[in-house]
Amino acid sequence: MNEPAAKPKSLYEKRAPVYPKAVDGTFRRIKWAIMIVTLAIYYVTPWLRWDRGPYAPDQAVLVDLAGRRFYMFGIEIWPHEFYYVAGLLIMAGIGLFLVTSSIGRAWCGYACPQTVWTDLFQHVERFIDGDRNAQIRLQKAPWKLGKIARRGAKYAVWLAIAVATGGAWIFYFADAPTLARDFIAGEADPIAYTTVAILTATTFILGGFMREQVCIYMCPWPRIQGAMMDEKTLTVTYKEWRGEPRHRGTKKATLDDIISRGDCIDCNACVAVCPTGIDIRNGPQIGCITCGECIDACDRVMTQIERPRGLIAYDTFENGELDRKKLKSKPVAKALFRPRTILYFSAWAAIGLIMLFGVANRTRLDISAQQDRNPVYVRLSDGQVRNGFTIKLRNMQARPRPVEVSVSGLPGAVLWTADGVREGATTRVTATVEPDALAKLRIFVAAPGGGEERQDIAFSVRALDAEGGEDTTAAIFERPAS
Amino acid sequence: MADNKRIDEPTGTETVGHEWDGIEELNTPLPRWWLWTLYATIVWSVGFLILYPAWPLLTRATEGVLGWTSRGQYEQEMAEQRAVMAPVHAAIDRASLEQLSADPTLRQQAVEGGRAAFRMHCVQCHGSGAAGTPGYPNLNDDDWLWGGSMEQIHFTITHGIRNPDHDETRTSQMPAFGEMLEPGQIGELTAHVRTISGQQPADAAAGRGATLFAANCAACHGPDGRGNRELGAPNLTDPIWLYGGDAASIRTTIANSRNGVMPRWGHRLDAVTIKMLTAYVHSLGGGEANGTGAAAPPARQP
Repeated sequence: MNEPAAKPKSLYEKRAPVYPKAVDGTFRRIKWAIMIVTLAIYYVTPWLRWDRGPYAPDQAVLVDLAGRRFYMFGIEIWPHEFYYVAGLLIMAGIGLFLVTSSIGRAWCGYACPQTVWTDLFQHVERFIDGDRNAQIRLQKAPWKLGKIARRGAKYAVWLAIAVATGGAWIFYFADAPTLARDFIAGEADPIAYTTVAILTATTFILGGFMREQVCIYMCPWPRIQGAMMDEKTLTVTYKEWRGEPRHRGTKKATLDDIISRGDCIDCNACVAVCPTGIDIRNGPQIGCITCGECIDACDRVMTQIERPRGLIAYDTFENGELDRKKLKSKPVAKALFRPRTILYFSAWAAIGLIMLFGVANRTRLDISAQQDRNPVYVRLSDGQVRNGFTIKLRNMQARPRPVEVSVSGLPGAVLWTADGVREGATTRVTATVEPDALAKLRIFVAAPGGGEERQDIAFSVRALDAEGGEDTTAAIFERPAS
Repeated sequence: MADNKRIDEPTGTETVGHEWDGIEELNTPLPRWWLWTLYATIVWSVGFLILYPAWPLLTRATEGVLGWTSRGQYEQEMAEQRAVMAPVHAAIDRASLEQLSADPTLRQQAVEGGRAAFRMHCVQCHGSGAAGTPGYPNLNDDDWLWGGSMEQIHFTITHGIRNPDHDETRTSQMPAFGEMLEPGQIGELTAHVRTISGQQPADAAAGRGATLFAANCAACHGPDGRGNRELGAPNLTDPIWLYGGDAASIRTTIANSRNGVMPRWGHRLDAVTIKMLTAYVHSLGGGEANGTGAAAPPARQP
């Protein structure tokens, strides 16, 4: 796609293979660091332990689908608190807007799982097949024993990484040591094997073969970059006002009047190292994930030909315009701290603080009452009237708690549980709520028959252990019209 | 027209040849793997059409090689559910009514099974909340014509009430006093009954009614009108009335008597279901302990 020649009139074209060359430099090292940190987090986290007492699992991060709980270190989320997860997702979205509007497609180039795993697979490829030129040679070579052995070894390593990736995923949903043992023994639930099979296939195909096709054709993220990047966004920029017109032949450039030649010597180092195979000299494009490897490559070449570095660099469009006219560039800090980024950051931080505050102030004991609707009231043989209620007690702590339920606002009332008897009923009922569970109590409340048809009452729950705690909920007691 | 193809300078790609208000479109080739993905989905769909029900015919659809039907899937799920429930039903069958009341797990399982069975067989007369309606008893309260212990409820459900073709059915015979007493006397009896049930203060008519009551009614309803469960004679002193506690209803009851009928379920439902229904009705709030005798329990002071 670089040459201005007529393309063949076919509707489809085969993927042009990409053989990125190895490079070293600042941004390559940043990529390494982020890759190691993110992969470590992904693979190691399910194995971390967190003691929650004898009644709760001891895995630090666990999505307990069957028990409908999400455990994250000291925090436990119940299904009705799913808004915390929604809040985290909103924060992730705003965080991405923040990152993209300040430093461009840093997610794409450094942190996206597709990038990280493709990078990992490319390193394995380089390790087994050799660097770019060796890979191109091997691709063209006939299928002899050496090629078969190398391909087999590469696919085997890729497959191992893919299985480990799928395996790590399932460990987030069950106790890791137990599931690992059962998985190897063949005793795990079929869904575990199915999930690992699917994730192995997707990791292998996406990381080994699809690679940049995901970024260019499948992912929606590149296509909305235009909405998030503006003239103050730092992004990988080829300074074509400095680099053009290109000229091959450094000797001529150093001997002749350099001002009439651009700094770009058309060495194609930037194209060779690009993991998606684009040419940054064409400008920002969907295929450029701003990983910065072309910056590292070009800087090395510039150093070798004793020209200033930064022909390709992280810069803003605004500074580019100024630089073109040889005016002084604006400081980077002004670009990073501008109303848009400050607004994104404030929204992100505000949501985070609200959630932290909410999590810290949650009530751990909760009561709710539902009056029987059919029948609403029952007339008893001694003239009293009885209402039935379903009381739900929520104990959100990882230990059983003795509690007491009472009713107020109804003079002369007694309450008893449905599997008990009315004799000896008092104004209180005790129960023990299981750890981390919702207890459902059927309660009958009997009160004198004369009185309002609809009377506002309240049910309260009070914890009887040392920690204490209580909660109240409103309800209605109904009688027949007299 | 399609003939205006040209090469676009910046990208080097040919244009499609059309122009829409000055906007042209690059004829960038699509990745070939899209085509292969499409072929894969076609192969998948062909397989699907062969294996599963697919082609609508005039009166049915093709069945598919695997023979899957949603109805068959339902049958399978029901069979699995029956297999899961089989041990529970066996345990309930083995347990006596006393054991059923004593074991909380078994009782809970029986109550839930009874709840479902009640909805199928009993709500037509007793109402969806078991609260009844005039002529059909409210099963939630603590007033029982024939007793509210597990044994008594079990007997009532099994043998029914006034079932014409069954020997063991519960029967009570209240005479139609309209043929034996004057209307005035029935009025006095009505006043007395309304007095002893606390609905109106005592007066002269009620006083005469008390004498009549002792002569005609006490044999079944007891000297103080507190009822007799062996005979199915209701307690006339409480505020709960099967046919209505107003004067007109009581007058009709005394004059014409009442003969409500309940089916006997012993020959229509299996033993486990009847036990479960017993547990459910007993759990509605008025269930009594075993061994409660013929008389109603002593009145509780409101």
